[in-house]
Amino acid sequence: MLAFIVRRLIQSVVVMFFVAMLAFAMFRFVGDPVHQMVGIETSLEEREALRVKLGLRDPIYVQFARFVGNAATGEFGISYQHQRLVSDMIRERMPATLELSIISALFSLFVGVPMGVYTGLHRHGWLSKVFMTASLIGISLPTFLIGILLIFVFAVLLGWLPSFGRGEVVELGFWRTGLLTVSGLKALIMPAFTLGLFQLTLIMRLVRAEMLEVLRTDYIKFARARGLTNRAVNFGHALKNTLVPVITITGLQLGSIIAFAIITETVFQWPGMGLMFLQAIQNVDIPIMAAYLIMIAFFFVAINLIVDMLYYVVDPRLRVDVAKAHGHG
Amino acid sequence: MRKTMMVLGMAAAVAVSSASVAEAKTFRWAFQGDAQSLDPHSLNETFTLGLLGNVYEGLVRRGPDLQTSSRHWPRSWESRGPEIAGGFHLRKGVKYHNGNAFTADDVVFTYERTIAEGSDVKTRMATVATVNKVDDHTVDFVTTAPNPILTSEWATWYIMDKEWSEANGSARPTDVTAGKENHATRNANGTGPFIVVSRETDVKTVMKPNPMWWDKDVKHNLTEVILTPIGSDATRVAALLSGEIDMMYPVPVQDMKRINDNADTSVMAGPELRTIFLGMDQSRDELLHSSVKGKNPFKDIRVREAFYRAINIDAIKSKVMRNLADPSALMISPKLFASHAAKFKRVEYDVKKSKELLAAAGYPDGFEVGMDCPNNRYVNDEKICQAAVAMLAQASAIKVNLLAQPKALYFKKVLRPSWDTSFYLLGWTPGSFDSWNVMYNIIGSPKDSGRGKFNLTGYANPKFDALTDKVLSETDAVKRDEMIRQAYRMSVDDIAYIPLHQQGLAWGKKKSISLKQRADNQFMLYHVTVN
Repeated sequence: MLAFIVRRLIQSVVVMFFVAMLAFAMFRFVGDPVHQMVGIETSLEEREALRVKLGLRDPIYVQFARFVGNAATGEFGISYQHQRLVSDMIRERMPATLELSIISALFSLFVGVPMGVYTGLHRHGWLSKVFMTASLIGISLPTFLIGILLIFVFAVLLGWLPSFGRGEVVELGFWRTGLLTVSGLKALIMPAFTLGLFQLTLIMRLVRAEMLEVLRTDYIKFARARGLTNRAVNFGHALKNTLVPVITITGLQLGSIIAFAIITETVFQWPGMGLMFLQAIQNVDIPIMAAYLIMIAFFFVAINLIVDMLYYVVDPRLRVDVAKAHGHG
Repeated sequence: MRKTMMVLGMAAAVAVSSASVAEAKTFRWAFQGDAQSLDPHSLNETFTLGLLGNVYEGLVRRGPDLQTSSRHWPRSWESRGPEIAGGFHLRKGVKYHNGNAFTADDVVFTYERTIAEGSDVKTRMATVATVNKVDDHTVDFVTTAPNPILTSEWATWYIMDKEWSEANGSARPTDVTAGKENHATRNANGTGPFIVVSRETDVKTVMKPNPMWWDKDVKHNLTEVILTPIGSDATRVAALLSGEIDMMYPVPVQDMKRINDNADTSVMAGPELRTIFLGMDQSRDELLHSSVKGKNPFKDIRVREAFYRAINIDAIKSKVMRNLADPSALMISPKLFASHAAKFKRVEYDVKKSKELLAAAGYPDGFEVGMDCPNNRYVNDEKICQAAVAMLAQASAIKVNLLAQPKALYFKKVLRPSWDTSFYLLGWTPGSFDSWNVMYNIIGSPKDSGRGKFNLTGYANPKFDALTDKVLSETDAVKRDEMIRQAYRMSVDDIAYIPLHQQGLAWGKKKSISLKQRADNQFMLYHVTVN
């Protein structure tokens, strides 16, 4: 077990290193940060002096070594644009992104699973057909379009929900939450729906397929033969056995929800990390871009590591195989 | 007894709060971005300085018409010999938001902060040699040479409190390489009409009026101001239409009609000072991006004129800009050169003549040239370039290979030191509201001294430069304007540039809001009334 974790950790470090390298290579193609940091009348000499000062004129390997060194210690310096500590900015922005991501993941799970079960049980019901058609729309429409359509209908035409922002927030120590105010909750509805829609359709289709599979198995037939109620069969026996892949997918998708919140956050001006990252790209704010990319990579690596370890705990066969392999070796 | 007191107290508190609720005029507005910093010396950029103009004040102030207003701090100043701009008599009794008194020491301190490393507003003090305190409310500015436009940039040269800045370790502007934040980045202590209550960069900035503000004649009825940047155009428009915000800018030109059609909202449009123009590399012996080898076609004035004549400026105005533009014959807004601007006319759009000129220059079948264009800097910048490309192809068989990219990449490519462009679109607003700035930076011959630093065409005319230097120190306004006219005449006759238009301003607002729009795109909250 310990050897497994150590091996995984080493692999994670290698992955992080390559992400750092790719991120660093990318910075060289987004433009010149200095022109974004000064007004247009600033002289060329001053611009050049600033470039030297920022270390942009150092040899590439020196810049990369400095970047990796800083990233390893979690020190990302000051944002070129906002002139504030990047770590402070990320700490302020992270709660907004995490709340949005987790709420939309829960939304997709708690709506997607029942819809999947329903469509699995009633394959030819008209409601199932509605669900399946609607899910096609959810998969095929781009996020920003869904967002803008929602804003147009619910904010402009009906005036029910706010078109942008996060509403009133409450400070809970270091965590700034929007979940405790009415305006915060109202502001969350459209972004969470937009972000969760794709996952919802994914989960619904997955559950449906798994249900169809499981319902054909012998133990379901036996359960029915035993005279159990439909509810007990469908939920107690069938659904339970479909959940293993669903949980895996949901866990892995959480990482991508966080990473791909960028578009949703931009459309709704949601003050999270994704919005900050997009603005940083436009302004070539390298410290923010670096911090964000490294952090997202870390999320992915950490989630994968946890999932791997859960497999190891949950699945006895994995342990047996490893033991055997060692035995033979 | 105690209970009665408490009840009375509570009743009074309720009465007070309900009274203030009834009168509360909260003004919510949005811009596409946020001020980068609250430090008034860290970035010379319109929005940042405009927002801070509500919190800090300069030694002079501009009114809605951009004329220097008489309502500024120095009650008067006089010239004491050619090199001393003279005794600025500062207004007495002016206080900072924290209660500190405003004195001559603050002006001297601000001067030192302005010329320190990390400051981006050094040009404000470029011709000032020293600033001397005469007494607590009198300051002398000693200049390196007589300067007729010394105070023209001072409306955005904001005075900071020496005591407050030093106490908070902000005596110098932020150094981005120092690894720590400057107190003045997120905190402000000005003398201006509004006080920053809270600041969350890019999310929300709340201000309230400054009850101690010295200028009691300027009236607004706001009790609270909330700025929430909204980056996405569609969302910003939706927020205005749904009534969540009272005002926002810029309005995307394609949404102007929608906002005007809505019962409660309208667009305020007007010309901005920024001039959009095309430049052609006429200095290199061979163009960097062209099918013509061994020579530079733009060196031939006939080719430059052919390009000018191929541009149908009225079509750009009506189709691309939806009339939110004023075609321009000069490299400066006519508002800033009112005395002679009307004498200049654009070279007329004439496809036939354009073809003839090209043929005469030896390019009857046109040629290929690369063009650089930003796509997120000016109003519809990329679309203007696309229109120009189509017009050149149609009129003169010129094949333009357009490279439109985000400003971060665009400026890196075209500006010096890389200076990698043959044909480009750029915009310019003279920060000083004066022609000398345009003559020196844009049209002047590129020199190591800094002259012509944004002249990417390489146009070089020694006579023009000589006039530019005379303009700098000529104090007689009439003579000075005549020199400027002569200089512009030279560069216009040489077709140094192809000016396109002054782009327009479009601010969206609720009809219940009244405000004043300034052509420099600075938004002053003290001109706002919520009805």
